[in-house]
Amino acid sequence: MSEPLLEVDHLSVDFSTEAGTVRAVDDVSFSIQPGSTLGIVGESGCGKSVTSLALMGLLPRPAGSVASGSVRLAGIELTTLAERALRRMRGAELSMIFQEPMTALNPVYSIGAQMTAVLQRHEGLSRRAARARAIDMLARVGIPVPAKRIDEYPHELSGGMRQRTMIAMALSCRPKLLIADEPTTALDVTTQAQVLGQISDLQQELGTAVILVTHDLGVVAETCDDALVMYCGRVVEQAPVSVLFETPRHRYTEGLIAAIPKIRPQRLARLPVIPGTVPDLAELPPGCRFAARCRFADDACTQSQPALESMGPARVACFHPAGEQASTA
Amino acid sequence: MTDPLLEVHHLTRHFPVRAGLLSRSRKVLRAVDGVSFELQAGKTFGLVGESGCGKSTLGRAILRLHEPTSGRVTLDGIDITALGHSALKRQRKHMQMIFQDPYASLSPRRTVGRILDEPLALHRFGDRAQRQRRVLELLDIVGLAPAARYRYPHEFSGGQRQRIGIARALAVEPKLIVADEAVSALDVSVQSQVLNLLGDLQSQFGLSFVFISHDLAVVQHVSHFVGVMYLGKLVETAPVDRIYTMPAHPYTRALLEAVPVADPSRRDRRLVLPGEVPSPLDPPSGCPFHTRCRQAMPVCRTRRPRTIDVSQDGRPHRVTCHLHDPDIDG
Repeated sequence: MSEPLLEVDHLSVDFSTEAGTVRAVDDVSFSIQPGSTLGIVGESGCGKSVTSLALMGLLPRPAGSVASGSVRLAGIELTTLAERALRRMRGAELSMIFQEPMTALNPVYSIGAQMTAVLQRHEGLSRRAARARAIDMLARVGIPVPAKRIDEYPHELSGGMRQRTMIAMALSCRPKLLIADEPTTALDVTTQAQVLGQISDLQQELGTAVILVTHDLGVVAETCDDALVMYCGRVVEQAPVSVLFETPRHRYTEGLIAAIPKIRPQRLARLPVIPGTVPDLAELPPGCRFAARCRFADDACTQSQPALESMGPARVACFHPAGEQASTA
Repeated sequence: MTDPLLEVHHLTRHFPVRAGLLSRSRKVLRAVDGVSFELQAGKTFGLVGESGCGKSTLGRAILRLHEPTSGRVTLDGIDITALGHSALKRQRKHMQMIFQDPYASLSPRRTVGRILDEPLALHRFGDRAQRQRRVLELLDIVGLAPAARYRYPHEFSGGQRQRIGIARALAVEPKLIVADEAVSALDVSVQSQVLNLLGDLQSQFGLSFVFISHDLAVVQHVSHFVGVMYLGKLVETAPVDRIYTMPAHPYTRALLEAVPVADPSRRDRRLVLPGEVPSPLDPPSGCPFHTRCRQAMPVCRTRRPRTIDVSQDGRPHRVTCHLHDPDIDG
């Protein structure tokens, strides 16, 4: 196996809130191979977005900060890098797109002005060359008449077009890593299918690795190689996508997969549910954070936190994983 | 068959829109353009379509939260569209709405108890003691603790807030609830809890729902009858099992194909619907879907399709598409 592109080691992120300091990301480790796609899934507050912001060095300051751990991109430690050096890497080495492109696009500059600025800065292209590259990128993400569209302003574009523009912009300097945080959540299913298709086409063409942060397991199943399931700031399971959906080990993953509304041949009388709600990060239980909602929980689960351990091709943090007997037998 | 609870007849809602910032010319946005359907008591009509198709406007026009431009809505035989102001207000207790973002629709300064008491007081639902009992009953129905009445909306999670929104809609014992993206903002694990709750309420109280959602899987789960909207028009209506197993309109088929499937072994099965929804200010000629349709014929560009009855075995199924019109040669 080749050297991983990104290595995240025991990363923890703290946030100071009115309720005191909470650990939004707790001891998260994973790595990504060049060109592959990792899905980070979980529900609101699980720490998936904070993890991605921490990788980008974009935690909101002063509230959020990396408490411990390391993030290495192609061998370069990012957590201790000076802001100046980090800024040189953002856009060029690693890039990010968000759920709502309007928050990331500047409303007073044309698409072209914003795209060429990035290319001139990071790639040292001339204005003319930068414009040509920008038009080429817009064409590649499926924007019709890109030579005309490039002079339009963000508000003139539809939601789907804006998200495509963001993707074109994020990939224009051919970064090694693209972090996409709920990139299709605000889009209609038909546009979502188009946008996801374009991300994966470009990824293959440019050899970009992608971290896809999403709450949507369906999107993960369709686009990712591996998936990381987070709950309350911790990784509860990591596995190749084919393994995860076939044999989920963690009881939370299992419940989540069962609870996804899906088009079924026969309607169910009731949907499978995960009872209860996600605990407050400020009042976490001492044991497994999922214990209160888990029907397999026993004393061990409420007393101590399970560590992430290998189980075949997966890593699972659970004292009573699904299919345990089968795998040890 | 009994009379339907809700009948929607050629309902339209047009918005005048100024073409440019300083322009005097006005255009008409046909957000809802001649929609008809009916709904039996105790059943759910699921309304799907992409953003901007007019599904939310339709939901609001049914309740007259948007005044319809033309057409008729009757609820239990009463013509809602003909009611005067005070009569409409009285009628509102029979028809309520649940919104996508319960946080935006619940007053942050009022306790849950007051929020629930408000519609009761408005519709003169007994004296204070009776109303208090009703508030407790409502909390119990939606699965919240009695102590919740002393707390404020911000103290609750998203799923609990949606339960409060549901309790408020239920307070005056409506016959019809229009639910607009009621579970879209909720996390998966909570979403299924709320969907199950809505199902329980339906069987318990015989409620009817117009359930508006962009999520086809959710719509399949809750609906008995489904309508697919495109640019202000219903392009297909059918019983839920028919529409999901034998969709007749190319748009319905494309929508179904676009839904992500949580099964990694089934990748690359989809045919992606090209393009985007055209501007409703300037809808395409002929069939409004022809610009994106894989099966478009020359006639689709010029002539508006008729609504064709493709019912089978007494199961009503209508589709507005030239492909099903026996008078059109493909």
